[in-house]
Amino acid sequence: MRASSLLMLLATAVVAAGCGGKKPPEEPAPQPAPAPVPAPTPPPDASADSARIARERAEREAADRIKALNADLMAMINFDYDQALVRSADEATLDRKAAVLQANPNVRLTISGHADERGSDEYNLALGNRRAGAAKRYLMNKGIDGGRMDVVSYGEERPLNPGHDEAAYAQNRRDEFQVTAGGENLVAPQ
Amino acid sequence: MTRSLTLAAATIAATALCVTRADAQDTNQVNREGVTVVLKYTPGVRPGLVVLPGPGLDSVRAIVRRDLDYTDRFEMVDLGTPATTDGTPGPVNYGIYKSLGAAFALELGEAPGGVTARLHDVSRSQVRSQQVFPLPADTDAGFRLEVHRMSDEIARWATGTVGVAATRLLFVSGGRVYRIDSDGSDLAALTPAGQTALSPVWSPDGQQLAYTQLGAGRGGVAVQNLGTGATLPVPGTQSGLNITPMFSPDGRTLAYAHSDENGTDIYSANIADRCCAQRLTVGRYADNLSPTFSPDGRRIAFVSTRAGPPQIYVMAADGTDQELLAPFDFGATGASNAPEWSPDGANVVFHREVDRSPQIFLVDVGRRSLRQYTSAGRNEDPTWAPDGRHFAFVSDRSGLRQLWVMDIETGRVRQLHSPGAARLPAWSRRLGRTAVASNP
Repeated sequence: MRASSLLMLLATAVVAAGCGGKKPPEEPAPQPAPAPVPAPTPPPDASADSARIARERAEREAADRIKALNADLMAMINFDYDQALVRSADEATLDRKAAVLQANPNVRLTISGHADERGSDEYNLALGNRRAGAAKRYLMNKGIDGGRMDVVSYGEERPLNPGHDEAAYAQNRRDEFQVTAGGENLVAPQ
Repeated sequence: MTRSLTLAAATIAATALCVTRADAQDTNQVNREGVTVVLKYTPGVRPGLVVLPGPGLDSVRAIVRRDLDYTDRFEMVDLGTPATTDGTPGPVNYGIYKSLGAAFALELGEAPGGVTARLHDVSRSQVRSQQVFPLPADTDAGFRLEVHRMSDEIARWATGTVGVAATRLLFVSGGRVYRIDSDGSDLAALTPAGQTALSPVWSPDGQQLAYTQLGAGRGGVAVQNLGTGATLPVPGTQSGLNITPMFSPDGRTLAYAHSDENGTDIYSANIADRCCAQRLTVGRYADNLSPTFSPDGRRIAFVSTRAGPPQIYVMAADGTDQELLAPFDFGATGASNAPEWSPDGANVVFHREVDRSPQIFLVDVGRRSLRQYTSAGRNEDPTWAPDGRHFAFVSDRSGLRQLWVMDIETGRVRQLHSPGAARLPAWSRRLGRTAVASNP
């Protein structure tokens, strides 16, 4: 439950981040802490301080960039009822993953396919597997080595939304992407 | 369902009418797809049977009476007035039972180490069959199953067909596999809490079960010995996702579906020698799953998405001669899943989505004709009783997905009580005495 609400938060972050392309790395820059610092500081330490501030800012920016890149890798995609075809609306999401994966050859992903509760319990495991496989093949067609991506399926066993309506079903028909290695020092794609 | 309860009979008749009418509505619609909907209900052809009261043996009498009722082969007759007999063997008042409409009267009496059962043929005013059945103490783990066995034999005396009371079902609830007697008693959890177990099935001898252990999106098939509790992985199922296991009728082979990035395909493993998995289907990104053997072990019905949505196909047990089994209209017929071959080999039961709600269908293996058995709510994952006349299935008609049993001859439906939501039931064959294990 905690894990899935975390995923939802991340997904929300991704959606937010996703709209503006490269914005996330730049946005945090203007607002931070310098204001309180200058007033009491005597002249001798000024250069050391500004170096520290710059370093902290760089670290913060790097952390934000890595977070955003991880969010790109983890963004979910959704499917139509009883379908395992990547929807054109989700191609951009997968293309961003492909770019991040290209720029970071040490990253490994586990792709998990999920189904809504309406289909047959056992068939949904096969369907989820097919959905995860569809994302993997899409990424392989973009030049990503298949050995970096594992495919698993949870069928209908782990709904993201516990509801029993169309909106919930649409959310639950999905692929999740978990970064299993190399997510710590991500480099932004060119 | 008692003679004195004319009201109950009327209610059931009314229920049957409702079902028939609902199905009749479906008929037109479904006929366009080449499907015939028939619900057979022929009231009045079942012989009346009365279980005579007597001293002691109350629990035995209650179990036997319920078992005989659940055969759906008798009209159960109740005596409206308290017993006039004191239970000692003596003249049976055939006239009274005949006037109540009973064709049979069952007399149960205590015998050293067991029970004497005596079945009277009321119309001929004579004893038809009698036998002393040894019974363990009612505290013994095998007691209820032994009583069920007696019921099954009494059913055979009266109808020529042995009953199915001495059977059990497996099902999944909350990620655990449970076992329950065919009358809903003796619930036992067979797999630990905190795991996700799916798709339990019985070995033909009732001594083992196979199921999928799902963990982190992958899963192996495990075979658990019901006597010792020992659990062994099935060779070849320890990578990827391995689902829908099914034993061959001789118990030597286990067929299952293996999922990986190339799709889902059916394999068969030689579990007798614990070796050698053989691939039976080549899906190329399609799914092939849910294998079920014909009773002679020579053919396997299964689900495939080779033509789009999942439908029911059949092949030889070595994977050759694959063809469609249950006819469907491309683009019109809903997804079909969960096939199970009938014990007599004549039919395969499965569920098919009608307006996105699964309903139970039978396909006649020889003629390839279809019959629909449910029409309201969700009805799914059917499993045959060994008599080939009853199947258990999951239905949400109570508001919760629970287990129900249908008699395909009369259309009568009863609930099999289970705790909470239940799914993926599997009915055992008739269980031999060696299958009696105390609850874990």
